[in-house]
Amino acid sequence: MRSSVIVFPGSNCDRDIAVALEKMQFKNQMVWHKETSLPKTDLIVIPGGFSYGDYLRSGAIAGKSLIIDEVIKFAKNGCLILGICNGFQILTETGLLKGTLLRNKNLKFINKDVNIKVLNNKTQFTSKYRINQVLNINIAHNEGNYFTDSKHLQELKNDNLIAFKYCDNKGNTNLESNPNGALDNIAGIFNSKKNILGMMPHPERMVDKFISNDDGVNLFSSLLN
Amino acid sequence: MKITNEIIEKHGLKLDEYKTIQKLLKRNPNILELGIFSAMWNEHCSYKSSRIHLKKLPTKGKKVIQGPGENAGVIDIGDNDAIVFKIESHNHPSYIEPYQGAATGVGGILRDVFTMGARPIALLNSIHFGSTTHPKTKSLLNGVVSGIGGYGNCIGIPTVAGETKFNETYNENILVNAMAVGLAKKNKIFYSKAKGLNKAVVYVGSKTGRDGIHGASMASAEFDENSEEKKPTVQVGDPFTEKLLLEACLELMKDDSIIAIQDMGAAGLTSSSVEMASKGSLGIELELDKVPCREDNMSPYEMMLSESQERMLIILEDGKEHHARKIFEKWDLDFVIIGKTNNSKNLTLKYNNKIEGEIPVEILATKAPIYDRKWVKKKVVQKKIAIKQLKKIKLEDALIKILSSPNHSNKSWVTDQYDQMVMCDTVQKSGSDAAVIRIHNTSKAIAVTVDSSANYCKSFPLTGSKQVVCENWRNLISVGANPIAITNCLNFGNPENKEIMGEFAECIQGIKEACEFLNFPVVSGNVSFYNGTNQKSIFPTPVIGGVGLIPDISKTLNHYFKKENSNILLIGKTFGHIEQSCFLKENFSISEGLPPEINLNNEKNNGETVLQLIRKNLVTSVHDISSGGLLVALSEMSIGSNLGAKIYKPKKLTNKFEYFFGEDQGRYIVEVEKTDLEKVIKMLNDNEVYYENIGKTQAKNFEVESEFNIGVNDLFKINNQWYNNY
Repeated sequence: MRSSVIVFPGSNCDRDIAVALEKMQFKNQMVWHKETSLPKTDLIVIPGGFSYGDYLRSGAIAGKSLIIDEVIKFAKNGCLILGICNGFQILTETGLLKGTLLRNKNLKFINKDVNIKVLNNKTQFTSKYRINQVLNINIAHNEGNYFTDSKHLQELKNDNLIAFKYCDNKGNTNLESNPNGALDNIAGIFNSKKNILGMMPHPERMVDKFISNDDGVNLFSSLLN
Repeated sequence: MKITNEIIEKHGLKLDEYKTIQKLLKRNPNILELGIFSAMWNEHCSYKSSRIHLKKLPTKGKKVIQGPGENAGVIDIGDNDAIVFKIESHNHPSYIEPYQGAATGVGGILRDVFTMGARPIALLNSIHFGSTTHPKTKSLLNGVVSGIGGYGNCIGIPTVAGETKFNETYNENILVNAMAVGLAKKNKIFYSKAKGLNKAVVYVGSKTGRDGIHGASMASAEFDENSEEKKPTVQVGDPFTEKLLLEACLELMKDDSIIAIQDMGAAGLTSSSVEMASKGSLGIELELDKVPCREDNMSPYEMMLSESQERMLIILEDGKEHHARKIFEKWDLDFVIIGKTNNSKNLTLKYNNKIEGEIPVEILATKAPIYDRKWVKKKVVQKKIAIKQLKKIKLEDALIKILSSPNHSNKSWVTDQYDQMVMCDTVQKSGSDAAVIRIHNTSKAIAVTVDSSANYCKSFPLTGSKQVVCENWRNLISVGANPIAITNCLNFGNPENKEIMGEFAECIQGIKEACEFLNFPVVSGNVSFYNGTNQKSIFPTPVIGGVGLIPDISKTLNHYFKKENSNILLIGKTFGHIEQSCFLKENFSISEGLPPEINLNNEKNNGETVLQLIRKNLVTSVHDISSGGLLVALSEMSIGSNLGAKIYKPKKLTNKFEYFFGEDQGRYIVEVEKTDLEKVIKMLNDNEVYYENIGKTQAKNFEVESEFNIGVNDLFKINNQWYNNY
């Protein structure tokens, strides 16, 4: 399986995701943001970080970068796209995913391990997880407070497009288990065709038991399937 | 412009220092030249008050590749890997503008590390605020923490360890010390020594603005009621540009295009060009019209003294210009040849083809005044505190008081604001005795930690500073590392006061004695004097940052209890030294007497034995005992693990408060499984290490026999409330 990681100036999880992909046997290559064409690829990853310093608004400038037109083209042709953290923010800026990521409710950067549960395991990103499986996974962001209009929220629910929700260690989604104020505890969503996943938590940080745990492994092995 | 006494003083120079300048130059300097002298000769850049004392520190060792004098220290960790590290203060700017002050402190120390060819892999900090009831403390805490996080998170380097402390001595002058640790190849270290004639001097990075002019001079004076007016001297950080600069520099460093490289830190373009020229015994001519400027009509004076961030000066090998330019253009950074090296040994500054200033480099770099300032020894004030005469309290209440105090509360409110995981090599993070960072793609790791003990250092500097070094060493041992070397950040008050200078001299002596004995050399550091406002100086606060090596990452340990029914051994002798303890401070507001004595022999023997126990897999958790004493250390082992402990009634005749809260040094707690107990005891006996078997781990409850019994959950709550309620 071939993967491409887009590198923007200010991306800083690009190496981490590349390490995880290679560990999971993807044939990975890095694509610089000034490129105007993408190599042949089955998966495009937009990594975490602070693309263009997140100046103006997080993800806003990356959403208008040279390479992004290609990403949009590939997405429309059904290529798998995974946006993590800043990558999720960028995907909402391009319109490939609806909604937006607001400042965290406490107005502070948050880095910690949180629990999320899998709401839909019938997708190419999540097939190796059990439905309602609780994962312990690291978040690290300033703007992770997902928001969308009520019509889109209904659509997300009706079409089973919510990928992950923040929860406690027993899988209950409530106010206490919501780290950033995200609407309905949403931690990640799919587009309507389910070939695009945007998520705030970092699965690439959870593939090595020595550093953390391996709760992120099945996301990558689902993709390999 | 005529140089008046007032102008000289405004530049932070003394009149007799000005006379020296006239004598050395054999003429009067013009205003640009005066500015340059003030930048090079201030305390922050010249170390004029500290130099003769710093010389005493041990700086050499088998594993030292580069000691003090370069941008950062370098040590050998085997396999052609080297660790580059340094700590630096950004106290004055952080007090005036906490967010930017702290952020640029992080940015500056990172540049010191990647200038030498290392990729930064960890950030640490030691931050000290005034009393929690002081009206400024809360906003300073908020600003500093978000500034540190704002910079480190954006550039993508994990902030893995640190200390956050409160003490009224910092009410008017907080401390913000930042440490960076980088990884380089031993044969690819870059230095700042210029070589060769007619080589291109290249300016890369951000444009120069009017920010930070005279920043280093500000950091070389005490504050007064007009300190707010100094806000414009604080620089503004741009971590995004620093990330680009980091990647561009490391890319250019892959081959041998660079002859010398120096970051523009304190005193910006001035100190970087003087430093490179002086180390290479060369001259440098700069054409200031070429300096990329952010603002219009900047004068040569402003350009030379600006402390705009994220800039570097490079001396490039012939024929590499095109190659280097391409790299910096790829990263959208300025790349401009602004001068050449020559053999004049002068710093020559041209603007519009006219020489605006010319000073022999030697005068600026090495002829700065050196002061052997008057100092006096600290008087020993023996004072024994008799606990029996104090108000009666319960052991349990005393513990709760400490665990819920600002200085001993869980700091996740702080550390959750730092990305500790990015780069995916963080094995142990904040909250551990030391952070453990894996060397990428290998099975070895380094341990890093920062420590300070201002109360000890104030009451007796010689012992206090020794204690800080020892605690640092113990923290590294506790996670299974061989301690290798330290960096120090020496935060003191006004050196023109002989008592303060005495504190400095004696702290240096203490560091020297401990480092020599433990074979723990100082490879880099920074001195920050004039910490105080209106002649009220802070407590002497040497901060020590240590680095150790864990050859096999599977043999690192944390301090959380692992299993029920393990034996808990206390290693090292308990005398019950209660003076200067956090027990007396938190419960009775007493901070009198002397700090605990340091026995370097025991310190070394106990530490080396504990390390052996770890390497032989004979212990399952280890924690060093420091502020708060035995009972606080035991609670910390419980709180993190959710396992309790049952501690036996002390057999010795010591007072129970002295036993449980005394801060005697050289002690550790280890958890030992039943099956290994015999082997552990044999090893301790063979090495003549004193130990006591003090209890057992158990589920859920933390108890001291015939004293109290409390749920670990409750302990957790007690320990986790202060920050959230502040």
